Amino acid sequence: MDNFQLLMGGLESALTPMNLLYAALGVLLGTFVGVLPGIGPAMAIALLLPVTYRLEPTSAFIMFAGLYYGGMYGGSTTSILLNTPGESASVMTALEGNRMARAGRGAQALATAAVGSFIAGTIGTILVAFFSPALADVAVELGAPSYFALMVLALVMTTTVLGTSALRGFAALFLGLSIGLVGLDLNTGQPRLTFGVTQLVDRLDIVVVAVGIFALGEALWVAAHLRRKPAHVIPVGRPWLSRDDWGRSWKPWLRGTAFGFPFGALPAGGAEIPTFLSYLTERKLSKRDDFGRGAIEGVAGPEAANNASAAGMFVPMLALGLPVTATAAVMLSALQGYGITPGPQLMTDHADLVWTLLASLLIGNTLLLVLNLPLAPLWARLLRIPRPQLYAGILFFACLGAYATNMDPFDIGLLVAFGLLGLMMRRFGLPVLPLILGVILGPLMETKLREALTISGGDYTALLSEPLAVVIYVLIALFILGRPFIARLRARAEQSADPDELEDEKELAQS
Amino acid sequence: MSVHETAPAEHAGTRRRIDVGQFGLAAFLVVVGIYTIVDAAGLEVGFADPVGPRVFPYVIGSGLVVVGVLLAVATARGSQPEPEEGEDVDLSQSADWLTVTKLVAVLLLTVATVNLLGWAISGALLFVGAAWSLGSRTLVRDVLVGLVLAVASWYAFHVGLGIPLTPGVLDGIL
Repeated sequence: MDNFQLLMGGLESALTPMNLLYAALGVLLGTFVGVLPGIGPAMAIALLLPVTYRLEPTSAFIMFAGLYYGGMYGGSTTSILLNTPGESASVMTALEGNRMARAGRGAQALATAAVGSFIAGTIGTILVAFFSPALADVAVELGAPSYFALMVLALVMTTTVLGTSALRGFAALFLGLSIGLVGLDLNTGQPRLTFGVTQLVDRLDIVVVAVGIFALGEALWVAAHLRRKPAHVIPVGRPWLSRDDWGRSWKPWLRGTAFGFPFGALPAGGAEIPTFLSYLTERKLSKRDDFGRGAIEGVAGPEAANNASAAGMFVPMLALGLPVTATAAVMLSALQGYGITPGPQLMTDHADLVWTLLASLLIGNTLLLVLNLPLAPLWARLLRIPRPQLYAGILFFACLGAYATNMDPFDIGLLVAFGLLGLMMRRFGLPVLPLILGVILGPLMETKLREALTISGGDYTALLSEPLAVVIYVLIALFILGRPFIARLRARAEQSADPDELEDEKELAQS
Repeated sequence: MSVHETAPAEHAGTRRRIDVGQFGLAAFLVVVGIYTIVDAAGLEVGFADPVGPRVFPYVIGSGLVVVGVLLAVATARGSQPEPEEGEDVDLSQSADWLTVTKLVAVLLLTVATVNLLGWAISGALLFVGAAWSLGSRTLVRDVLVGLVLAVASWYAFHVGLGIPLTPGVLDGIL
């Protein structure tokens, strides 16, 4: 049990009073920002990144872990208490969770979400601790062709899985790849797409891109379509679970974890598919007929799946240096800020940091449960902040974050430019994740491509010179061919969910 | 996000309408694609680098052009975008671009003044301006909140994190 000892060692170095304070601060800040409507976990981390700039890496990671899980939990609180989920991974939670809240069982919905997230996050993190080193050992042997294939896989999967229109997914992906070109070409030192602007030569800061697209884009989009009457917030008491609720929840928690972790670890675009599968499974397995009217299983399963997949995402991130979600992309760029190069050598070169990070995730997860259950009513009140001030505040902190990095007004200008791009993407239904991944994976892909072809002397068949690469290309082909089938499956499930929703709206209108 | 792809069937009357704005997006993609290709064409290829700095931009640029053209075709055939939903987003009303313009103007004002006036003042102006653009009419309260936020964040970064944000005209006072 070598990994177990290493994890304990990580826990030891993470568990100091000062670090616990950072973890608690991270959890509180993360939940605070995550609860705010329109802000998902990726944006919470990107917005709060400047706070960790001057901390030493260990403390920064611990705060990070807190921010991460806090942001995730904040997002599910929002989707349970307000019906409209902010991100695709919470769609399934909102389905049953909001009905539970309307039926006066909001406290139980929040509790099963919190405990389920805790269990899934803990199991997931332990699985990461066992899988990543093994995968990294294998990955060290992989050559550039396999890496290139893996990145193609990640991009194709996220582009075609998310959203309903693959064409719009590819539009976002290519825009992202194009943005990723900006800056000096690493091999020849020539500037590309810099428009002669010196600030652009150093490549774009992924945090500015992410905050611009997520935070400013969202704020501008909301400004264009601000709800005239405030959304309906359901008041909630202190979360608790009855014996019956525990009995109904624990199996969905474990099943959700089993769905979520593998999907998070695969480059398949995050939590949308596993939360959806978990919802379908619980619905099928349920012996009661309250699905569609607030079944607790329908919250417990998808929430666990969501968090387990969030933990699973650390496997490719730590073992391969490949981010598969927007959150992972932002985290990797933060790691690079500490002079750490992501990749399979990370597990050996910076073993102590990796184990501290994993231990921090466990600590953050535990603190989340301890702090957030009693604080839930307070978080719910955050949803009542008047919208003009709320979005003004988001703009304020987004600009502060962009400005604080270099003290250069140009960065705020860049932020505004990406905000407008984000606005345009929301107007035309372009998914955001393919763009972010394109920005961060594009340069990596180009490096690997050129590495592979320099060795082979320009022979493009070198891309197929490793067995894993060939397998991956076959997988991609199969996946593209199987896509219509997946789409049909999803359409059918949504159809069966829709009629209840209409009925529900009627009920609400009458009351 | 993923919900309601089949929605047009419900309001069949609007189904054949073409979203003209989408042609603009398609044109934007094509222009960015062509610019990416043109920019790459001016690069020099180094020695011992069989791929060179051009290939990747060529592929991306061509991809953008192809996607742009396909999008234009899809638009002409009546393909509708699926605007993103959200907690505070009400898609049943037409877009209010005036508010967006005001917000962008406020943000650009911040870009222009932050080095001159300093973060404490520019940040406060940003908050007040943004809240006002979004329809807040409690000016006094917004000014107070904005000032507290801006001054507090200046001190938090300066004292707590050791990052000196620009003091601007308040140099020596803060």
